[in-house]
Amino acid sequence: MSLSLLTAEFHVERDEIRCIACQVCVRQCANDVHVYDPDDDRVYSDETRCVGCHRCATLCPTRALTIRCTPQEFRANANWSPSIITSVFKQAETGGVLLTGMGCDQPYPIYFDHILLNAAQVTNPSIDPLREPMELRTFIGRKPEQVGVVQDRDNMRLETRLAPQLVLETPILFSAMSYGSISYNACLSLARAAKECGILYNTGEGGLHPTLYEYGPYTIAQVASGRFGVHRAYLETAAALEIKIGQGAKPGIGGHLPGEKVSEDVSRTRMIPQGTDALSPAPHHDIYSIEDLRQLIYALKEATNYTKPVGVKVAAVHHIAPIASGIARAGADYIAIDGLRGGTGAAPTVIRNNVGIPIEMAIAAVDERLRQEGIRNQVSLIAAGSIRSSADVVKAIALGADAVYIGTAALVAMGCHLCQKCYTGKCNWGIATQDPYLTKRLNPNIGARRLVNLLRAWSLEIKEMLGGMGINAIESLRGNRDHLRGVGLNEVELRVLGIKAAGES
Amino acid sequence: MRDGRWEIDANGMHYRALNARLREAVENGAECIVLRNVCGQRYIGANLHRPVEIHIYGTPGNDLAAFMDGPRIIVYGNAQDACGNTMNGGEVVIHGRAGDVTGYSIRGGKIFVRDDVGYRVGIHIKEYQEQRPFIVIGGTAQHFLGEYMAGGVLVVLGLTLRPGECHTATYIGTGMHGGVIYLRGKVADYQLGREVASVPLEDGDWALLRQLVQEFAAHFNRDAEEILAAPFTKLVPLSSRPYGRLYAY
Ligand code: SF4
Ligand code: SF4
Repeated sequence: MSLSLLTAEFHVERDEIRCIACQVCVRQCANDVHVYDPDDDRVYSDETRCVGCHRCATLCPTRALTIRCTPQEFRANANWSPSIITSVFKQAETGGVLLTGMGCDQPYPIYFDHILLNAAQVTNPSIDPLREPMELRTFIGRKPEQVGVVQDRDNMRLETRLAPQLVLETPILFSAMSYGSISYNACLSLARAAKECGILYNTGEGGLHPTLYEYGPYTIAQVASGRFGVHRAYLETAAALEIKIGQGAKPGIGGHLPGEKVSEDVSRTRMIPQGTDALSPAPHHDIYSIEDLRQLIYALKEATNYTKPVGVKVAAVHHIAPIASGIARAGADYIAIDGLRGGTGAAPTVIRNNVGIPIEMAIAAVDERLRQEGIRNQVSLIAAGSIRSSADVVKAIALGADAVYIGTAALVAMGCHLCQKCYTGKCNWGIATQDPYLTKRLNPNIGARRLVNLLRAWSLEIKEMLGGMGINAIESLRGNRDHLRGVGLNEVELRVLGIKAAGES
Repeated sequence: MRDGRWEIDANGMHYRALNARLREAVENGAECIVLRNVCGQRYIGANLHRPVEIHIYGTPGNDLAAFMDGPRIIVYGNAQDACGNTMNGGEVVIHGRAGDVTGYSIRGGKIFVRDDVGYRVGIHIKEYQEQRPFIVIGGTAQHFLGEYMAGGVLVVLGLTLRPGECHTATYIGTGMHGGVIYLRGKVADYQLGREVASVPLEDGDWALLRQLVQEFAAHFNRDAEEILAAPFTKLVPLSSRPYGRLYAY
């Protein structure tokens, strides 16, 4: 074998005075970085294998470990960055497509960070959410053109028959993450948290584990091209169905769960033999047009007797506005749009880093287009693709979303350190792995608790921001771009976002 | 309705109304339902899951028997696209042709088509535990037959081909990583996807084929022995992990 030109990405610093050679790090690192030498009674490290996940440093009882980016530096070159050079090395050595996990980490502009929120001063009052009612409840689904009510005696009754709706107690859902790409304990944490918070989680294209059927009312079940685990009970148990066309991390690329991750349990949930590759190619070969999409939407509606919403998830790509218009007209009850920075368990690096558009632009363009066409009421919009904070939620909704999906943020709440190595199946935090030794590190009670805490905190913050603007219902924020101002954006960006620059009235 | 036998005249009916009637009949314990004057209505039999027999006269629309689990559907005419979409169990017998992506992702049950089928038939079909799907096509198929096939059995008999005429499908079994395809007659190597290989039939194959061909012959009043007298080609995937070496870790 020829010499590898790759050097370590991280530097493991062990404070020898603090280290008591207890070997916690040895047991915790699934990448076998730490090795105990009984002769010396010392722990050594092979840092070439370190992925920078901080598991060892977090668990070290004497805090003897510090993980740093390698001090090894290439000659400065603004064009040939170290990551580009090492990518070439890796491909020259393997001849393979480079894989990565999580969302795009490249320094494209993050428009959320160039948008500022408004607050009421003097001319209209702000609202104190701690003492006054504040409504975050959100309904996902098709809304009627008009609502008829009939008054009989003292009772008002809705005359219009509403299309099926999902009720969210806060405008946030957990985005699609399949059992297979994440561990059972991670799925269970999400399901429990969704139930406790009155929101929904999403099965991804991995089917539904038998023990999670009890969370059906809090479950969105995905139907992707490979149809893994899609059968009657699955369709009937979920609160909503979602046709997966694409995802932000890899628009135009399908799902591929490698055979080694198809454990016995995963195989049962996906309804495929153990150890086989689960291929979910990007094209659905029964969908080549909006009419074909309509056919699948209505197949699912027929199969569930029009009792639940059927949504469509797409990646944010250049022509997202007309695409979304087509999806709305095809009869979808909601459209989930996943932006450039959306996460994934595995994607070719080149795709993740180069394909798609940011969610801020996509959601603004779609909301605007649907309004122009007079069909915005026919469909709900869920924005996805790196919603990192409650401020991002508020900005996404003001740009036109009804609600947001969070994936990466939910994983981070459960302990993910964004090492981007999900595709290796060796997640030291027990999330993106099926190895029983690793999965037991995530206690589903604690995972659920941390997720519930995150949602509680974000919901309180959203109320504070709404109150500050003088708004008492999230409904009134949707598409309310007058509450947004841009900083550091050029005219075209402001136009696409549909917002004014800071200082403009 | 008489003795669990229902008749529904589908003439001019929207699919939604027709399927609602069908569901109503099934829920009321119908054992045999006859649909007359069917003309393009979609989703007939979608998600039905009781052992009921449905006779369809006319041309059912796309997604016939989608997600179905148990019923038996007999079509006296042609079926359109995506017949048997994600079907879990049951049987569909078509006295005519069927369109593209017939049997998309079926996981169980049987589909018999008397004549030819369209493109990408048997795509994503898979087997799971005791569930094993079977598709038997009397005629010939278009390109990408058995694409991404992950399990199950696909049989193409070529009975509509004239003497000396061959199957013309190409990219057969592209992305295939499970299951088996039997084609009556020969196919050239260029017609096969990169992920499949042609291997000789063994005794077990003939036993399975005989059983399926006999069923086919019984449905369509053909002579099973005559069909079985011709040579067959057996196609299997080269690997259950066709894309295992594509990536750098
Ligand atoms: S991979 Fe994680 S656990 Fe292992 S040495 Fe690096 S930071 Fe520590
Ligand atoms: S889920 Fe695990 S493997 Fe993936 S980025 Fe987070 S910590 Fe790393």
